[in-house]
Amino acid sequence: MKVSAKDVNYVAELANLELTAEERVRMERDLNSILDYIDRLSELDTEDVAPMAQVSDRYGVDAATQRGERFAYASREDIQNELRKSLPQDEALANAPESDGTYFEVPKVIER
Amino acid sequence: MDLTSLSIESARAGIATREFTAMQLAEASYAAIKKDDSQIGAFLTLSRERALETADRIDRLAAEGKSLPTLAGVPIAIKDVFSTRGLRTTAGSKVLDNYIPPYDATAVSRLEAAGAMMIGKTNCDEFAMGSSNENSAFHPVRNPHDPSRVPGGSSGGSAAAVAANFTIAALGSDTGGSIRQPASFCGVVGLMPTYGRVSRYGLIAFASSLDHVGPLTKTVKDAAILLQFLAGRDPMDATSADVSVPDYVAELEKPVRGLRIGVAKEYFGEGLEPEVRKAVEAAIDKLAIMGCEVVPISLPHTEYAIPTYYIVATAEASSNLARYDGVRYGRRARHARTLSEMYRRTRDEGFGAEVKRRIMLGTYALSSGYYDAYYAKAQKVRTLLTRDFEDAFNKVDAIVTPTSPSAAFRLGEKANDPLAMYLADIYTVTADLAGIPGISLPCGRTTENLPIGLQILGRHFDEATILRLAHAYEQA
Repeated sequence: MKVSAKDVNYVAELANLELTAEERVRMERDLNSILDYIDRLSELDTEDVAPMAQVSDRYGVDAATQRGERFAYASREDIQNELRKSLPQDEALANAPESDGTYFEVPKVIER
Repeated sequence: MDLTSLSIESARAGIATREFTAMQLAEASYAAIKKDDSQIGAFLTLSRERALETADRIDRLAAEGKSLPTLAGVPIAIKDVFSTRGLRTTAGSKVLDNYIPPYDATAVSRLEAAGAMMIGKTNCDEFAMGSSNENSAFHPVRNPHDPSRVPGGSSGGSAAAVAANFTIAALGSDTGGSIRQPASFCGVVGLMPTYGRVSRYGLIAFASSLDHVGPLTKTVKDAAILLQFLAGRDPMDATSADVSVPDYVAELEKPVRGLRIGVAKEYFGEGLEPEVRKAVEAAIDKLAIMGCEVVPISLPHTEYAIPTYYIVATAEASSNLARYDGVRYGRRARHARTLSEMYRRTRDEGFGAEVKRRIMLGTYALSSGYYDAYYAKAQKVRTLLTRDFEDAFNKVDAIVTPTSPSAAFRLGEKANDPLAMYLADIYTVTADLAGIPGISLPCGRTTENLPIGLQILGRHFDEATILRLAHAYEQA
């Protein structure tokens, strides 16, 4: 599958990256080279193979405590026992590039 | 006595018998860093105040004759992808170069609770994306064995810090080989536990189904000791496993006679440097002499691991890195007139070339029209790769391979060819995809005196067996 300049522009928009013209050219070349290599996956017959999203689906589960629920082992004690304290507001805002002390401030959201 | 070349046990023992203090251990680390780190570049941030606070606490316990925690006074360096409360955490990226986390990663808090002194945050490839530590937005790390060469990546700073005796141990992360490969290049031990064995809470996410937390140490026993503290279920990480934690140190000393070790032909084919092959084959012979049964096996889908990895990892990364938008933390592009412009310029200015490349690849692989051909396909191939291991582990107890096709390459050598860089991970990515544990330990040097790494892979949650084999080989 060949990636075109148009594809690069479209994907950059999806990824919220403002690439320079030079970056776009390099990106087209790099993506094509990498995808060329990745294309060998189509050699494999995966018709009857189930996809594997992550390993914990099959392991990391203690059957004795599972009760048949996926991720039962991750049930949250903080809800079972008591609510865990959340981050205080001032700490949550401490890294904000711009803030009024209550909210994160950003440039206008809606362009008129 | 050279306080910088101790192991975990001798450090603690020395403090307990008042031979030296934790304060002295900390100062010895900082003196070494001050003297030599300008040439290596292993650290991005030092945390003297925090280290000395811990040292003081430990020294007071020792002075009162009280019993010391197991990691008492052990200097630990933390890869800068782990959040450390109140201490700058950058993930090796400009986009976070002023970020101060309000919480500690679970791995960090467990080690500190056991008495370890946090020396500082180590340099790494940006967002853990890289195999050479040349992708750090700040400066590259150099291999202490040869400063014209890379330390490996992405945990290059952690590996270099241990190899250079700046610290006794370090914490790293491994998504495609980032603990094991730098350990191999730097001549230290690097352990990647099973996925879910160690909590990822506080690890700045790269690829959530592939990220692993693990230690880099000077000896296999030290890695086992640290794993004891790192392993275990964490309610803050829904993917952390509810599987019991064995006594890893006790397991170390069990005999290896009779263990079946698999040698997969796919890991000894084209592309493997002759000196690396020779060293690894010699190591296998040694294990055979110790009574292990060597069994030839095949992992037929190995050649598809890199393409699978570069779809799954980049797709997950494109999602995980969407949060760096300049709103709540990190850098924000200045004078943006609209929100959209702020997002795009913040990310363009904040991310390096490799990160952008992977975000683009991942976004493309997930985009409508391509999802089935790439991401869905890769997830199926992942099942095939995992099945290869499951089948193999019906016949063997561990699999022994080289960690990397070569020893450390020169800085700049692969920087312009992303694909060549990716292929350096060829022996390590399979374990990340299958979620199995793996350890790398030194098994010799090249004629240029560069370290060579031996990798041992094991069954899910069977770190005990790979540690046992590694320890036996190391001690022989």
